[in-house]
Amino acid sequence: MHTTNADISIEELSKIEGAASCEMKIRDGKLTECHFGIDEMRRFFTTAIRGKPVTGVPGAVARICGTCSNAHLLCSLKTIESAIGITPTSQTMILRQLLNFGLIIRDHALHLYVFVLPDLFNRDSILAFDEQNPQEHQLLHDCFDMKEAGNKLSIIAGGRSVHAPTPRIGGFSKIPKKEDLAALIPKLESSREKIIRLIGIFLKSDLKLETDASFLALVNHDFSFLDGVLTTSGGTAINPADVMVRLERTQLSYSQASSYKLDGKIHMVGALARLNLNRAALHPNTKHDAAEALSAFPSKNIFHNNLAQAIEILHAIDASIDLIHHYEALDEKIPESIKTEESVGIGIIEAPRGILFHRYEITPDATIRKAKIIVPTGQNQAGIEAAIRDWVQNNLDKSEEEIKKNVEMIVRAYDPCMSCASHFLKLKVER
Amino acid sequence: MDQKRLKVGWFTFSCCEDSTIIFTELLNQHYMDWKNKIEFVHAKVLQTHNRWEKMDVAFVEGAIASKDQEEKLKKIRSLATKLVAIGACACTGMPSAQRNHFDDATKEEIKVLLDAFSQADKVKTLEEVVPVDEKVQGCPMVESQFLMVLNKYLKEFKII
Repeated sequence: MHTTNADISIEELSKIEGAASCEMKIRDGKLTECHFGIDEMRRFFTTAIRGKPVTGVPGAVARICGTCSNAHLLCSLKTIESAIGITPTSQTMILRQLLNFGLIIRDHALHLYVFVLPDLFNRDSILAFDEQNPQEHQLLHDCFDMKEAGNKLSIIAGGRSVHAPTPRIGGFSKIPKKEDLAALIPKLESSREKIIRLIGIFLKSDLKLETDASFLALVNHDFSFLDGVLTTSGGTAINPADVMVRLERTQLSYSQASSYKLDGKIHMVGALARLNLNRAALHPNTKHDAAEALSAFPSKNIFHNNLAQAIEILHAIDASIDLIHHYEALDEKIPESIKTEESVGIGIIEAPRGILFHRYEITPDATIRKAKIIVPTGQNQAGIEAAIRDWVQNNLDKSEEEIKKNVEMIVRAYDPCMSCASHFLKLKVER
Repeated sequence: MDQKRLKVGWFTFSCCEDSTIIFTELLNQHYMDWKNKIEFVHAKVLQTHNRWEKMDVAFVEGAIASKDQEEKLKKIRSLATKLVAIGACACTGMPSAQRNHFDDATKEEIKVLLDAFSQADKVKTLEEVVPVDEKVQGCPMVESQFLMVLNKYLKEFKII
């Protein structure tokens, strides 16, 4: 019981992508300070690419984050192509979608099975699941099978699941064979029952913490993650050129990463935002087999971000199977040279954790004059802090261990990526 | 599970964690083989309860960008019989060390941020801070090189 003053600290929060810190002060039984900060050592990518040829930029900015590297790669290609007036072929878009769906499957599976599931089963790690227990045994093997399915899809589509080497401006340097992609269909089909099993687990979970944040996502007709109209929860469309202005940046003294609010208010991006705003565009098979889970949306419960991610894995599987069937492996070449003039490109895609923005100013000699990148975790940072504050303020009577555990679960629900930021979360509570 | 297992730590400093992702993907194929041969004493990506104790092999990815990171790396070195640098940032510093090569004007531009968060003036490779026994190159690490090094130590520590 901590009803007056006390100090609690957690260091090295585990099972998240990267690192952050949270410091809280509790005085006279009240939470007087709550700072959630991201501690990643800045690596200055947007500075480093100034003056660099645009052809090398997608591969360079992919190194911002190993977890979401192909999202940065795809967003960078879209940004450059929008600036210099290249429209990718439909085959290029199929391959980019397959690369991205592989990322969605693998990345969401890592988050859900490896980071979140141990909390629900009161285990230290997915590797500590009891192989003698039929359900835990099944889930451990589902974890590896699901990640493998996503990993393989990205490898075949883009040459590698991390920092894919073959996607280029205007196309792919190597066209995957139709038979190699088609050979994945049985694995994708057999993955459906595994993810439906996981959807059932998250649907039954009674974890609940509601947010007042608005939601921001790309709305489109096919839930492609790569295109769409940027839309708020009120249904208002936002012009891409305006969004960099409307996203207000705050440099917090306790955080390496910049925090962003939309029109001065907290907003949330990611799977929950996408399901809230665009679930009508999910694949018909996904809508059929996840109907009960989809009835939970729209939702303000941040823990439904986990359920939303599981549904998105099913969609990624169903959509990929369709795309592979339509794929023809035409012998398309990438442009031999790139003609540019003074231009500005804006690229917006849905990375696994939400809206990712790249904006480049490009010179007539095809180099970067100026670059700006806004990552999903920067947008969710204020919401994570607010959610922690909300929960702790209402649970000051809980033990130190319970506070630590629940703060970690709240952070994990948002699936922050601190490589686009950090490496461990230090939680310090002063009472 | 009485069999002797290789005590392994997996640590990350300044980088994009791409090799951590490759490592978690290697588990898909290899975990059933490794579970009786490897004990993870420290691997934040996999488990909550991590221990600072003697270990056979520390795999370390990322470059060293602050005094605190230097001290932590030295601590890992003192606990690990063997230390393996994992991936480009750990082995060569790049691309995390790209700010080392900025011109003076750009260095001045970023100085306020470096100072505000106690980042070192220069980003270092692991080898510039502690002795390194092996390097697994690549961005991300080359899987076959990692497996070769791991198998070498499984034999050297008489696990297999």
